[in-house]
Amino acid sequence: MSHAQNQWIGFGDSEHTGERPVVDAHRLGLWFFLATVVMLFAGFTSAILVRRTSADWQAIPLLPLLRWNTLVLLASSVTFERVRTLARRSQRKQVRTWLAVTALLGVLFLAGQIGAWEQYRVLGLFLSSNPHSSFFYILSGVHGAHLAGGLLGLGYLLARPGRVGAVNLCATYWHFLGGLWLYLLVMLFVV
Amino acid sequence: MLQATEAPVAHEPTSFLRRYIFSTDHKVIGIQYLLTAAFMGIVAGLLAMLIRAQLAWPEANWSWLERLFPEGMSGGVMKPEFYLSLITMHGTLMVFFVISFALLGGFGNFLIPLQIGARDMAFPFLNMLSYWTAVPASLIMLASFFVEGGAAAAGWTSYPPLSAVPQAVPGSQWGQTLWILGMALFIVSFTMGGLNYVVTVLNLRAKGMTMMRLPVTIWTLFIASILGLLAFPPLTAAAILLLFDRHFGSSFYLPAGMFYGNKLLEHSGGTPLLWQHLFWFLGHPEVYVLLLPALGIVMDILPVFTRKPIFGHRMTLYSLGAIALLSMIVWGHHMYVSGMSPYVGEFFAIGTMAITLPSAIIGMNLIASLWGGAIRFRTPMLFAIGTISLFGIGGLGGIFLGNATSDIQLHDTYFVVGHFHYMIGGVTLFGMFAGLYYWYPKMFGRMLSERLGKVHFWLTMIGFNTVFLTQHFLGLGGMPRRYYAFTKYEFMQPYVHLNVPVTLAAFLLGAAQLLFLFNFFWSRFRGPVAEKNPWEATTLEWGAPSPPPHGNWGERAPVVHRWPYDYGVPGTIQDFTPQTVAANPTQQAR
Repeated sequence: MSHAQNQWIGFGDSEHTGERPVVDAHRLGLWFFLATVVMLFAGFTSAILVRRTSADWQAIPLLPLLRWNTLVLLASSVTFERVRTLARRSQRKQVRTWLAVTALLGVLFLAGQIGAWEQYRVLGLFLSSNPHSSFFYILSGVHGAHLAGGLLGLGYLLARPGRVGAVNLCATYWHFLGGLWLYLLVMLFVV
Repeated sequence: MLQATEAPVAHEPTSFLRRYIFSTDHKVIGIQYLLTAAFMGIVAGLLAMLIRAQLAWPEANWSWLERLFPEGMSGGVMKPEFYLSLITMHGTLMVFFVISFALLGGFGNFLIPLQIGARDMAFPFLNMLSYWTAVPASLIMLASFFVEGGAAAAGWTSYPPLSAVPQAVPGSQWGQTLWILGMALFIVSFTMGGLNYVVTVLNLRAKGMTMMRLPVTIWTLFIASILGLLAFPPLTAAAILLLFDRHFGSSFYLPAGMFYGNKLLEHSGGTPLLWQHLFWFLGHPEVYVLLLPALGIVMDILPVFTRKPIFGHRMTLYSLGAIALLSMIVWGHHMYVSGMSPYVGEFFAIGTMAITLPSAIIGMNLIASLWGGAIRFRTPMLFAIGTISLFGIGGLGGIFLGNATSDIQLHDTYFVVGHFHYMIGGVTLFGMFAGLYYWYPKMFGRMLSERLGKVHFWLTMIGFNTVFLTQHFLGLGGMPRRYYAFTKYEFMQPYVHLNVPVTLAAFLLGAAQLLFLFNFFWSRFRGPVAEKNPWEATTLEWGAPSPPPHGNWGERAPVVHRWPYDYGVPGTIQDFTPQTVAANPTQQAR
């Protein structure tokens, strides 16, 4: 790896430790980053728990569209697993195809989320209507922003499909966001 | 895989821009952070001088200040709402933009790779990005003084409803929005830095550098980074909700029935306590994010100037871990008077008493580390001892505030102001100075002037204790914090004149820092040239040239054979044995 790439991606693991670190630096960094995202949503969760005990909490309905969106996001995780398998076998052409499918599903999910906002708006449920709708708009927005970050990662992979390590990191992040969305759905509409 | 497959022997960037401005070298970034912290420190210090001037001579006429702050100082007299902006921004800038920048951004960047034997951080590009996110964050904070309504005025804790209702106070208009924005960028920057520190410590240690052989400084930076990474995101969540309350009509923090003038606000159902909990869930761990690295620096300076190992090395490390865990469950002790259930208060009081145990163990270990040493009273050592004394005084005050019973009396008085200035003001400031005097030769290849350093130390020590010890007594007398003037309160009349000597001492404290600034820049060019290891210390950074080149170690990275505190090892000629010296077969390596 050339020095220029080192500048961008990092020195990786120590050249002199002899024994390899248990987890490679990028994966470790990703884990700690995910821990901060978990804490971010833990903060939101405690806000929901406090806020929903008050009398003005009026539950908003779960739109059928949101179920479809969830299915789309879960499907994108399945296709991402396909990408990983293909990347391991270094079938670059197919990796690209399935990456594109995954990214498309991701975009579809985001479009669906915006559609859900629109449907709630038509129902007269705005961000300021009541705490439940406020939380829905804000949390789906923050989740969507993180997913948009994941799409940037997918764009990077489309340009460099040979990077198996990067594919794996991006997949971990993507699955995490899928799980996070399920959690938010349960938190907002089930529990 | 992504990692480097060949040894990254460094090509030094040659253009000025890549070398000094958009550098990915951890040493340059560390120094950039230190200089930024110094600049923000000057600003925040000047704000403190304005605060003190107002308290000593309330409503006096300072006509020359009108030119800088035409709104806040119109007619030369400070407006009450401008005073609130001053205390808010003094606190915010000092906590996040001075101490965090200097201790984690500055020392963290400079020391971690050098003390663990790495060539740079794990993610140098991310590191550069961290600094260049910190810069706009700082600029936004500074700019907020010059927008309509002035800077944020809801206190550094930004409690709603003051912070959530834009009409509540002039600073709650644009100033508060910029405050939230600046904090958001700060947290992004901190996260990028913190990820780097944690991964670098775990993965990039030199051969033989086990976790138990890390200098205590690195341990404290490591723990502080993890704490910050976990504690800041809930504040981000809280700030996002605050932003929506302010601008988009949601009601997370605002209850029903709030009036502004004669107008009923449309919010309903929210509770300001939600913000307090989320804020202090960050706020308390943040205290330790700042405190621990300062204590770590002192822990590493003591053995060098006592020529003996530190006392209770393992107990110190365990105590650091215990503090980190406990610091996450004591935030409620900032909220005893918020009307929380006494049972919950009891939980937080017990937790707070529990955290004094590991803190006291560390304090005792620091003191015991002096015992029987051949002490060399150089400037870094003076500041290290000063840190210990402030940690002791501040810690004793904390016992009163940690107990709900006594806190109810002392809450929001100058006792609190005095206490937290000892801890996150004094311990961190003195720890920072100890570290600067100690590592300056490594950073710049020159020695700071000892004579100026000692004068600086004594003036700072006297000024600091006069200001903040006195404030404890003013607080016991019932003087509330955040008040613009005390002229109209009869019960304060017996004490209020004490504000004059406190202010004079604060001016002395401020002026003493000019000595340090002069010393810093003068010695950079005129100070005596520093050798590789001027203090005869054992840790890895002293094996690199002063200042270390790009990539730190030349051809071969160091290999570590022992712990960092081998002073006075029997059978050696020198009284110190660097970590890179191979173990003598007759002696047990640690």
